[in-house]
Amino acid sequence: MPDRAPVIVGTGLSDYPQAPHLDGVQHHAQAMQRALADCGVPKDEIDGYLDAGGGGGMMIDDAVTMAEYLGIDHRYIDGTMTGGSSFEFHVQHAAAAIRQGLCDTVLITYGSDQLSRMGRGLGTGGLGRGVKRFGGPAQYEAPFGNSLVGSYAMAAQRHMHEFGTTSEQLAEIAVGVRELAGLNPDAMYRDPITVDDVVGSRLIADPLHKLDCCVISDGGGALVMTTAERARDLRQPPVYVLGAAGAQTHWNISQMPDFTDTAASRCGPVAFGQAGLTPADIDTIQFYDSFTITVLLLLEGLGFCGRGEGGAFVKEGHLRRSGDLPLNTDGGGLSSSHPGMRGIFLLIEAVRQLRGQAGAAQVPDCEVALACGSGGWLSCIGAVILGRDHPS
Amino acid sequence: MSQTGGGAAGATQPAEHWERPLPRPDNVSKPFWEAASRGELLIQRCPSGHRQFYPRAVCRVCGSDPEWERASGRGTVHTFTVIRQNHARPFRDELPYVVAMVELDEGVRMMGNITDCAIDQVRIGMPVEVHMVQAEPGVGVPFWRPVAGEGGES
Repeated sequence: MPDRAPVIVGTGLSDYPQAPHLDGVQHHAQAMQRALADCGVPKDEIDGYLDAGGGGGMMIDDAVTMAEYLGIDHRYIDGTMTGGSSFEFHVQHAAAAIRQGLCDTVLITYGSDQLSRMGRGLGTGGLGRGVKRFGGPAQYEAPFGNSLVGSYAMAAQRHMHEFGTTSEQLAEIAVGVRELAGLNPDAMYRDPITVDDVVGSRLIADPLHKLDCCVISDGGGALVMTTAERARDLRQPPVYVLGAAGAQTHWNISQMPDFTDTAASRCGPVAFGQAGLTPADIDTIQFYDSFTITVLLLLEGLGFCGRGEGGAFVKEGHLRRSGDLPLNTDGGGLSSSHPGMRGIFLLIEAVRQLRGQAGAAQVPDCEVALACGSGGWLSCIGAVILGRDHPS
Repeated sequence: MSQTGGGAAGATQPAEHWERPLPRPDNVSKPFWEAASRGELLIQRCPSGHRQFYPRAVCRVCGSDPEWERASGRGTVHTFTVIRQNHARPFRDELPYVVAMVELDEGVRMMGNITDCAIDQVRIGMPVEVHMVQAEPGVGVPFWRPVAGEGGES
């Protein structure tokens, strides 16, 4: 029997954090070229394709359009779009498809030119800037001038109210990620910051400050997945998908059932169960850090600490470069890059760590990494546990 | 916010200048916006008693047909934020302002703005009551203000 354990064999990042020479579709294309070169899979071997689209602007980059543009003759296609966590859902779906034999070699791509094309006003531009009328669920939010930052701020405010979480505790997350960004020559911001810098930066939407918020950048990424069998002949050591699960609690922020509990508390146990692991087994976490509060809620939801204990947990220093659970070793969305939907970067960085290719940011003896994406407004959470060694 | 001040509960204040985004009323949402223009706040309740907001063509719990129910128009601030940066007009000219999730006494939540209250006085748990603003004919929009004399618990 051929070994159909699903593995990630190729990764590629397109130029970031600012790439005015590329449009969004070109980010997809460049990332694909680099991922194929990374693993040595010829393009015509790709028979599965997953793409969320949503790269922004006027660009059309949905799965069928991009399959045509990139020339992918697929027998398995998936356009799942859950916001920034789409790629964690894609890995879940691709792993199942590979196991089932629906396809053998999968490509996942993302690309966005949002910084070069749309500038930095996105996070505080509110719903559909310039649009005069809204239908659907948005009609019950649009008249009130909420912003993307405001949505996360309401979760942070509620967390502070229920559990006594402080701005200084949230700031610790941004400080730690910035320290790691200092090791990434491509990161947008690399100079060290302090807790005082974060809480002293201007409030954007109370209680979130400017430095609680991710950057806005260009960028894209690609993953190549295949079977453990096929991976034996490829250039890079395979990284095994040990567990992958996703869940959704709402889409629009006003429908969030509990502002201090995300779908991570539902999908986390599923992913850990598949892997036969617990949070204590994880060597590094690559979490969606759209805002500091996002990380805190994912830590609690996935069981790295108890509910409401996230603030005290991060203050203990676990997430630092020198800690036992380094967070976002590429500098994350908070300091390195955030091209609209960042979930593919989490997976790529986890692979880099598990291959032992992370240079100065390498987590010693990294065997198991967890990538967790949050899409929408804390709406759709996808958790993927990746391992260096064959799970059998 | 000149368009949201004053007025007794139940009455709908005409907006001097409504420049904010408007709803596009559809088959389901039209009764909500029309009721609001008459000063009434509607939510939905299905025959099995499940309440919901926003209005839908179906009960999100049991899948049955929801019916309209007039809400008391009273609730508490469940969570909130002070928006200090928003590049979109007309909000950029109204900064800073409060966006809140209001939990109605009936149990459902809706997004809205807290008016008639200093932004540093807004608290989670604060009792609030609705007041309607006429955005255009047939469309009233609910806003929220503190209930006089009630400080609330936190």
